[in-house]
Amino acid sequence: MVGEGIIKGMAETARNFLGSYVSDERLTTVQYPEERDVLPEATRQFPFLVYDGNDPMAGLRCVACQICEKECPPKCICIEKSKDKKPDYVGKPQIYPAKFDIDLSVCMSCQICVEVCPFEAIKMDTEYELSTTDRFGGLLVDKHQLAKPNSHFHQIHPTDANEVDERLAAEKAKFEAKTKADAEAKAKAAAEARAKAASSQTPPVSA
Amino acid sequence: MTIPFAIIALMTITATVATMSLRNLVHCALAAAVAFGGLAAAYLQLDAQFVGFAQILVYVGAVAILIVFAVLLTRGGEPTTEALFSKTWVTGTAIAVVVFGVLAWTIRNSFASQCEITALPDATVKDIGGALMGKYVLPLEVIGLLLTAALIGAVIIALKEEKK
Amino acid sequence: MSGLSETFDQIFVTLKHWLLGLLAPVLPESLLSLASVILSLIPIMAIFPGLFAITTVLERKGLGRIQNRYGPNRVGPFGFLQFAADGVKALIKEDLVPRAADKVIHFLAPVVLVIPVFLAYTVLPVGRNMVAVDMDAGVLFFFAVGAGTELAVFMAGWSSRNKYSLLGAMRAIAQMVSYEIPLILSTVTVIMMVGSLSTVKIIEAQSTYHGLLPDWFVFTPWGLAGFILFMISALAESNRSPFDLPEGESEIIAGYFIEYSGFKFALFFLAEYLGMFVISGLGITLFLGGWHAPLESLEVIPSYIWFFTKLIAIIFVLIWIRGTVPRLRMDQLMNFAWKFMLPLVLLNLITAAIWHFMAPGAARWVVSFSIVIGSYLLLGRALFNNQHLSKRTYRYAE
Repeated sequence: MVGEGIIKGMAETARNFLGSYVSDERLTTVQYPEERDVLPEATRQFPFLVYDGNDPMAGLRCVACQICEKECPPKCICIEKSKDKKPDYVGKPQIYPAKFDIDLSVCMSCQICVEVCPFEAIKMDTEYELSTTDRFGGLLVDKHQLAKPNSHFHQIHPTDANEVDERLAAEKAKFEAKTKADAEAKAKAAAEARAKAASSQTPPVSA
Repeated sequence: MTIPFAIIALMTITATVATMSLRNLVHCALAAAVAFGGLAAAYLQLDAQFVGFAQILVYVGAVAILIVFAVLLTRGGEPTTEALFSKTWVTGTAIAVVVFGVLAWTIRNSFASQCEITALPDATVKDIGGALMGKYVLPLEVIGLLLTAALIGAVIIALKEEKK
Repeated sequence: MSGLSETFDQIFVTLKHWLLGLLAPVLPESLLSLASVILSLIPIMAIFPGLFAITTVLERKGLGRIQNRYGPNRVGPFGFLQFAADGVKALIKEDLVPRAADKVIHFLAPVVLVIPVFLAYTVLPVGRNMVAVDMDAGVLFFFAVGAGTELAVFMAGWSSRNKYSLLGAMRAIAQMVSYEIPLILSTVTVIMMVGSLSTVKIIEAQSTYHGLLPDWFVFTPWGLAGFILFMISALAESNRSPFDLPEGESEIIAGYFIEYSGFKFALFFLAEYLGMFVISGLGITLFLGGWHAPLESLEVIPSYIWFFTKLIAIIFVLIWIRGTVPRLRMDQLMNFAWKFMLPLVLLNLITAAIWHFMAPGAARWVVSFSIVIGSYLLLGRALFNNQHLSKRTYRYAE
């Protein structure tokens, strides 16, 4: 019948109109500055540097290997190595970045830097309200602004953070076991050498 | 000669002169629409409501639009380049004055204008309708036939173009 | 009707007479009649633009809710002062006139559009004894001033010297002229039954109550068909969705008012909405019993409240239709007017005549309803089945 479609359409729009007052499914608007949408856990915006412990610069996991700088597609990372070394999470002295700059206006959030970092030092943050009035330097962040504690990482990506912590703890345990085994082997070798030296020191009195 | 009639007459004559003498054809068409409106105002001033409104409905609503469409579709909107007054304007004015004189003399000496002005007849729409259906039904039917023929002709002309 | 409700009902009439009484010793006779006319017109000039302002906000919020979003909700409580913001914006925007445009006509077009629309309000009876001018040929006057709007649309389209604008104007005029025929013929049935062109008498003819339903014309078969045809033609006459191709923003970039900005655009907008109100008001007068209440017991509520309630109900339905139906293409529009509505409206005339001449009873209901519904179904099916959807051929201008 001619006009049937119009009647059905009008019924559907009436359902939309009346439903928008009662159900969320019919009114999906999130009024932005006052309400914010709940983002999923795997959200990513721009990178940040993870540090362990309380001191940002001493606990920084980054060892300035520059892999992320080379892999970054728009080349937004700029790293300069330091001249001295500082101990890392297992205790081994490593170099650290003297300068670690990311230009956030260039960064395209591809997460390649996170994927290639062998030290779990750079991860993706979820902060997106980064508007600034300075067109040229306002979005250029340095290592002090980028360093955020491991607790922050746990807060934004819990599953990832737990996984990373487990891996690092396992590595540390392995390293400690190895050093202990090395130390034991070394101690045993030293004891043997000392015994040998002692025994070689007192030659038998025989002619 | 009352003041409203003077104003309406002045407006109508100005609009008609503008229709003849403006350069842009669309301006002329619009001035013609104003002239029709002036005529309608004259009818309304004589208390002929039906005729006045029918004048607006038919002339301003249909005839003026028709003129305007004809101008649009035949690219007549560009301003003319030749002179506005033709070379034989003296003869033309003389003939116009003669025609006007004859018409004015006829109207003045006619039967209708020499009657005494009695009370205005109360012609409601109902009376007009009754007269159309009663006394004047034959002219009404003939006009209907004419309009039907025009409509059928329009349909046939439009149809023929498609059946190529 | 009791005294108190009558006082409220006639309160504006009494107010006007009192004001005239105040002015009578001061003014001479001719100026007094002028003052009377002005006092009748001031409420019209105040109320209907106010209704226009509220309708723009209601429309945007209503359409928003239909489309699963909020409408404007920042300006004022729940966004109801949005019209003030829009008004200020329209007033302070720069008024651009294209260099090649015809300046006089470009300036006059919005004015010539708004004036006939305001003129049409004078024959609309808003309440009991509340019509600005009670003309003998009221409905004819209404349609006559409607014809003035077509000329204004042409002026707007032509003066902008813009191809889109000209095309939009031609389409708009073609649409308005085609839909005037179903519009006027559907009112002719009412005029036939009442025997008069005066709006006051038409309302008087619907003032009785028989049984459950009032005697409004919409509750008769020919009246129902006539009302639906009238409202569809009214939508087309005021260039409103789904007939808003001449001014569709995605089709022809706003058609005949492309080159208008600022206050002139606001005037076009005002004229479109006021035209919608006045033609809905005429529909209420002709078919829905004007300012009468639906039940006899509800006559205590003042008459103008009933009129505005009905008007707002019709406006809601029009907004609902706007949010539902997609825009009709130009050839679909014209086919709809000439091939579908014109035969239906002519058959409606015959139905009304049969209704009038048969004796009151069940028989005439059956006959009339069968003609109305039968013609609708048969015509619909015939037109649907005759659609030859073939490969598109192009015809180029020689």
